[in-house]
Amino acid sequence: MKHTISVLLQNKPGVLSRVTGLFSGRGFNIESLCVAETLDSGVSCLTLVTRGDDAIIEQITKQLHKLIDVIKVVDISESDYVEREMVLIRVKAESHTRAEVLRVIDIFRGKVVDVSPKSYAVEITGPQSKIKAVIDILKPIGIQEIVRTGTIAMARAKKF
Amino acid sequence: MKMIGAQAIVKCLEEQGVEVMFGFPGGVIIDLFDELEKSNITNVLVRHEQAAVHAADAYGRVKGDVGVALVTSGPGATNTVTGIASAYMDSIPMVVFTGQVPTALIGNDAFQEVDIIGITRPCTKHNYLVKNPDELVDIIREAFYIARTGRPGPVVVDLPKDVVMGMVKFTEPKPIKMQTYRPTYEPHPGQIAKACKEILKAKKPVIYAGGGVILSDSSEELTELATKLNIPVAMTLMGLGGFPGTHKLSLGMLGMHGTYYSNMAVSKSDLLIAVGARFDDRVTGKLDAFAPNAKIIHIDIDPTSISKNVHVDIPIVADCKYALTAMNRWFDVQDDFNKKEQGKKLAPWLSEIKKWKNKHPLGYVEEGDIIKPQFVVQKLHELTKGEAIITTEVGQNQMWAAQFYQFNYPRHFMTSGGLGVMGYGFPAAIGAQMAAPDKIVIDVAGDGSIQMNIQELATARQYKCPVKIAILNNAYLGMVRQWQELFYDKRYAGTDLEVAPDFVKLAEAYGAVGLRATKKGEVVPVIKEALKTRNTVIMDFVIAREEGVFPMVPAGKATTEMLLA
Repeated sequence: MKHTISVLLQNKPGVLSRVTGLFSGRGFNIESLCVAETLDSGVSCLTLVTRGDDAIIEQITKQLHKLIDVIKVVDISESDYVEREMVLIRVKAESHTRAEVLRVIDIFRGKVVDVSPKSYAVEITGPQSKIKAVIDILKPIGIQEIVRTGTIAMARAKKF
Repeated sequence: MKMIGAQAIVKCLEEQGVEVMFGFPGGVIIDLFDELEKSNITNVLVRHEQAAVHAADAYGRVKGDVGVALVTSGPGATNTVTGIASAYMDSIPMVVFTGQVPTALIGNDAFQEVDIIGITRPCTKHNYLVKNPDELVDIIREAFYIARTGRPGPVVVDLPKDVVMGMVKFTEPKPIKMQTYRPTYEPHPGQIAKACKEILKAKKPVIYAGGGVILSDSSEELTELATKLNIPVAMTLMGLGGFPGTHKLSLGMLGMHGTYYSNMAVSKSDLLIAVGARFDDRVTGKLDAFAPNAKIIHIDIDPTSISKNVHVDIPIVADCKYALTAMNRWFDVQDDFNKKEQGKKLAPWLSEIKKWKNKHPLGYVEEGDIIKPQFVVQKLHELTKGEAIITTEVGQNQMWAAQFYQFNYPRHFMTSGGLGVMGYGFPAAIGAQMAAPDKIVIDVAGDGSIQMNIQELATARQYKCPVKIAILNNAYLGMVRQWQELFYDKRYAGTDLEVAPDFVKLAEAYGAVGLRATKKGEVVPVIKEALKTRNTVIMDFVIAREEGVFPMVPAGKATTEMLLA
């Protein structure tokens, strides 16, 4: 099953490679990984999407926690959460498709961030399912380049 | 206060109680060697960096404290990797200092530069590159703290030359409190009660004791629990000595080359109490067939060990000593717990085990005048009254030592259990002897593995270590040969050591003493002679060439599917 794990770690050189080394060394898989500093510049937040049965996910969280530089490990997908990913897509946009591309982007609430005579670069954010949908739609029109950020996620606040 | 880096390091070492360390110098670390020379710390000059780490490993194990090694950058550092990985697998507290090129040159492919932090990341508990001179002192203290607390392990501190030579900030030591690292020592009382109740219910309980018992110094507590409840104890290779091997409740070692009765007892048990053990594949054999009817209680300080290989019913995350003490106290205050009743209840179980013991005791077949390796180990035990510190290499020698030298005390058996390093035993013996100068220290070796660190004869001689090496010489890489005999139609590919040194002459070349026994009758006189000698001794026992280690659970088989001969 897919799990989204959020890891708070000390913002020091080499910490990221401790995490990725742990995954490769123990044969766990990383589907996506996203890391940047938090409000506290000494602490980074790493969001990681992985797959595995309960036993594997338990090992992953325990092993992450065992790393000396790791402050906190939360399997966000255990409860309600929001996830987002951003994608930049350069899509072919010649005279007969320019309007259609714009329409599609509009439907997905995307933005055009770069324009050339033969292409648009567009920016779209959303959960993975939405990213997948927009890619599927744009593919027949002609995707020239694609860059994705990987998933970031946040647990929903308690409602009451 | 400001001082030179090297001085600060030595001050920190003294503060940590370091008396002996093991090292080999080089260009970037000369300053530190120079400073050490002025201190009271003995720095044992080994002949290969790998040996420094194994020696520090055993030194730490005997002392019950952190072993320390010091090497130079580049090849000095890479040579330590095997020793570090071994210490990591066996959870041995250790700090390894490696020299590094000056910070300005890092990343420039400088002479003798290597990214040792990158290389050792997966085989250390933690590691540090000291880039900021003002962090040097704190890092060293943290390194020792991490190495010795929680589940112990090796920590590497990489020291760039300019940090060692330059001025650094020195502060007075204060208690270490880390934001991200707080091992759990105290067990959860609820879990203790749950476990104890389960123990009272069990009709066929077995304790499965591992290296954690020794690391946490809890053999006394374990013995108390086992005898209070009349529960038999099987030990892992790393756990030997954690419970007295000659005790009537001892089942000896379990697993691939464990006793018939320990493996039978575990697989028929209804409750397995794992104490400081990690369900290694050499212990469990085929996982689905391991203790199939047993509920499992698992005490371990490392949460990742729990339910890693085998599902655990009652996990107790704690230091073994704390957990065992809590369990002992729990039974002490139970009104309805009666030791006699408990003994009576488990009597049928113990007699079932006794039947297995009588059916297939540990043994071997005598063959006239030919020396059997098991006989040598038995005689070593007898002539040292079981009080020697035994180190081993890896392979058949290691298993024969584990099976036939009945360890009665903790911290008397040093072996590379997890990584299985040939060449561990001899440097480890030197480390052990440095830690316990008055003890008899014997390295039970094979003719193959002794050659992996034979150069340390010079170290042993230089530091007057009267260690004894007992080579069980079959002119084969015996354990692999045994597998080839059993599973590869006797095709001895790459295992016949056709050319070997004359070990007696080799010993003499280093100024040590060499003795040889080729007949059974010569074994005892040779051992006696060696034990009398206040010098490093090689005993070359020419043994039955194709003797095997039995029982044996073939890899991937259930532990009940033992080959008995």
